[in-house]
Amino acid sequence: MLAYIARRLIMSALILLGVSFITFALLYLFPADPVRQIAGRSATPETVANIREQLGLDQPFIVQYTRYLGNLLQGDLGRSYLQKTEVGTLIASRLPASLLLMAGAIVCELILGLTMGVVAALRRGTATDNTLMIVSFVGVSAPQFVVGLLMLYVFAVQLGWFPIGGYGTFAHLVLPAMTLGIMGSGWYSRMMRSSMIDVLRQDFIRTARAKGLGRARIMFRHALPNAILPIIAMIGIDVGIFMGGIVVVESVFGWPGIGQLAWQAIQRVDIPIIMGVTLVSACAIVIGNLVADIASLLTDPRIKVR
Amino acid sequence: MKNLLTTTALITALTLPQLAMADGHSGLDPDAQYGGNITITYKDDVATLDPAIGYDWQNWSMIKSLYDGLMDYTPGTTDLRPGLAESYEISEDGMTFTFKLREGVLFHNGREMTAEDVKYSLDRVTNPVTQSPGAGFFGSIAGYDAVSAGEAEGLSGVTVVDPYTVEISLSRPDATFLHVMGLNFASVVAKEAVDEAGADFGKTAMGTGAFKLGDWTIGQRLVFEKNADYWREGLPYLDSVTFEVGQEPIVALLRLQNGEVDVPGDGIPPAKFMEVMGDPDQAARVIEGGQLHTGYITLNVNIPPFDNVDVRRAVNMAINKERITQVINGRAVPATQPLPPSMPGYTEDYAGYAYDVDAAKALLADAGFANGFETELFVMNTDPNPRIAQAIQQDLSQIGITASIQSLAQASVIAAGGEADQAPMIWSGGMAWIADFPDASNFYGPILGCDGAVQGGWNWSWYCNADIDAMAIEADSMTDPDMVDARLQMWSDIYMAVMEDAPWVPVFNEQRYTMKSERMGGADALYVDPVSIPVNYDYVFVTDVQ
Repeated sequence: MLAYIARRLIMSALILLGVSFITFALLYLFPADPVRQIAGRSATPETVANIREQLGLDQPFIVQYTRYLGNLLQGDLGRSYLQKTEVGTLIASRLPASLLLMAGAIVCELILGLTMGVVAALRRGTATDNTLMIVSFVGVSAPQFVVGLLMLYVFAVQLGWFPIGGYGTFAHLVLPAMTLGIMGSGWYSRMMRSSMIDVLRQDFIRTARAKGLGRARIMFRHALPNAILPIIAMIGIDVGIFMGGIVVVESVFGWPGIGQLAWQAIQRVDIPIIMGVTLVSACAIVIGNLVADIASLLTDPRIKVR
Repeated sequence: MKNLLTTTALITALTLPQLAMADGHSGLDPDAQYGGNITITYKDDVATLDPAIGYDWQNWSMIKSLYDGLMDYTPGTTDLRPGLAESYEISEDGMTFTFKLREGVLFHNGREMTAEDVKYSLDRVTNPVTQSPGAGFFGSIAGYDAVSAGEAEGLSGVTVVDPYTVEISLSRPDATFLHVMGLNFASVVAKEAVDEAGADFGKTAMGTGAFKLGDWTIGQRLVFEKNADYWREGLPYLDSVTFEVGQEPIVALLRLQNGEVDVPGDGIPPAKFMEVMGDPDQAARVIEGGQLHTGYITLNVNIPPFDNVDVRRAVNMAINKERITQVINGRAVPATQPLPPSMPGYTEDYAGYAYDVDAAKALLADAGFANGFETELFVMNTDPNPRIAQAIQQDLSQIGITASIQSLAQASVIAAGGEADQAPMIWSGGMAWIADFPDASNFYGPILGCDGAVQGGWNWSWYCNADIDAMAIEADSMTDPDMVDARLQMWSDIYMAVMEDAPWVPVFNEQRYTMKSERMGGADALYVDPVSIPVNYDYVFVTDVQ
């Protein structure tokens, strides 16, 4: 087990190294000059050259990359080109908000998705099943920007139940977490439904039923725990999907997380921030996957580590 | 107009210093109430509050309220007035400016601002280590080149005569110099605060402005608190201004309608514009004004067939500007020339190239392109620019020109424009020129002059006419206040000569629409202040103070 985790950690480090290299290379090749963004419209060529030299952007690619990597290993993500603030500080000040939003979204999608999936599986083939599956389909397909605005309009503006965007209290969290969670809940309900149907067909369920166990006991003691196993691994993968979703959702709701930071940095070609957020997101995804694998290892005795 | 007032200010300053002092009181509104807080929203984070660095329209007005420079503008106008300088004197040859500072002006930390601080601030902004995007504006100060090259620590042309007198000598005559001293880049900062904060100075603020920086939660909000010791007596009216960032414009509008926001800093979202203006109640709270902006199409004179002036003129005639303004719901007025109408030096009686498809076709045929040609139109990929590009594309097809649209990220369009041979045509939307200061010269140098027609420059038509460049230099050498009108006439001639060569198609001048909450007071002009966008925080007030 420990050897397995160690092996996975080394793999993860290699993945992150790869991500850093590819992102750095893409940003290097991107046809836009960050120096000109910094120097502004009225800068003389000398000023531009001077700034380029100060930032080390006149160096060849490989020198720039090794320098970045060297600083990174010392925990230094560099300074934002335009804000001049340390990227580490910017990310650290925003990461808690993003993590909170993700946690909220996971809770939301699990409650919604699993309930819908279980109900649909138990009512398989009925109108309830069909309706739920259509709802989940809409949930998966609906653009988050639109869902977010609709939620804001209905629940915040019209009904006044929640604040119109912002950050701070639990009430602020509900709508963005729901928006982010709805898409995931669509996936979960479908996964849960088929997983549940699979389990319900198993011999041990028939045995349980033949023993005369109550319906509720069969459901919660025997069927659910087995059906839910494959779902757990999904949560880790979710983290990756969320990293994309938070860019949109954080913008709509004015949620001060790293998605917003990334979006603004991309528009302004603020390379140190883009690199920093990409690496942090990649870390989150890698850790998410690792945790998911270890979790299914611990919960499912059928999986053996080789 | 502005220059006349500059002259008046000059005379006043020289002869009756106490009147110049009184200038600090003249802007007070008898109806104003003191106290209260307003909330302004923005989508993007505030990048920096360092006056040497801040160069976007969001932090421009914020920095204006935190800092002061030697010169300033009368609120709601483009008229220069003395700021931290109580008066100033210009030498006979226009090469030396002597500024007399106001006494007793305090930084937010309580220390008195002196001539040393002025010198320090100018040395700092021009020092290449500061990486100021505005350093180039100070190029006319003697010793700039040495500082810029890293050979000198300070500007030799800036001398501290006594604690309240600064003398600035120039290396060449510069008629725009007082405007330069009114730029945020020329703001006076406290050295000890810069030293203390180091590279993080942009996240703090230490000036002499009407407000001081209170709490700043990165990614969420900034609070400006009233500077009770502000040197302009009776200002500001508000106790505080809260800026909330990270708010989509459409959400900001919803919150405004709900009474939670006073001014949405990013304006009314285009998709909601008709709805807002169609509702008399809301439309009454929208203030419209001009801005120093021109949207244009650049025609790269290096790339055939745009090297042919007749082709460029034909394109000018082919574009239906009226229809393009409709694409953006009429939030603009069609343009005839590079200068916007509210800019001194604008040529009133010039009609521009009239929209005339037949004449355009004939001209194109004369130039040898009876069957048209194929070309590319570069455009920034955010709404409404691709839609505008389609309208342009359609107009061009009327005279046989097939333009394919290259819709790219802003930075990529800017990069393509800065290469001599990449972008035959660029629609400037989203990157268009907005004046740094209200002077006619500001629309020439970097975007139409030879200096800008270099790799990485902003002159995307790569137009370089040595004769016109010489005229521009001559015009900016006219520093004598008596020559103000002659200078403006010269600038008018310059832009007319540019239109003759037709390197641009001036398309429209965007109008500004600032929406405010019901409780906000102050003259309408403050909400369309040409210098402080969206509003001049020092002069607005709220009417519901308890």
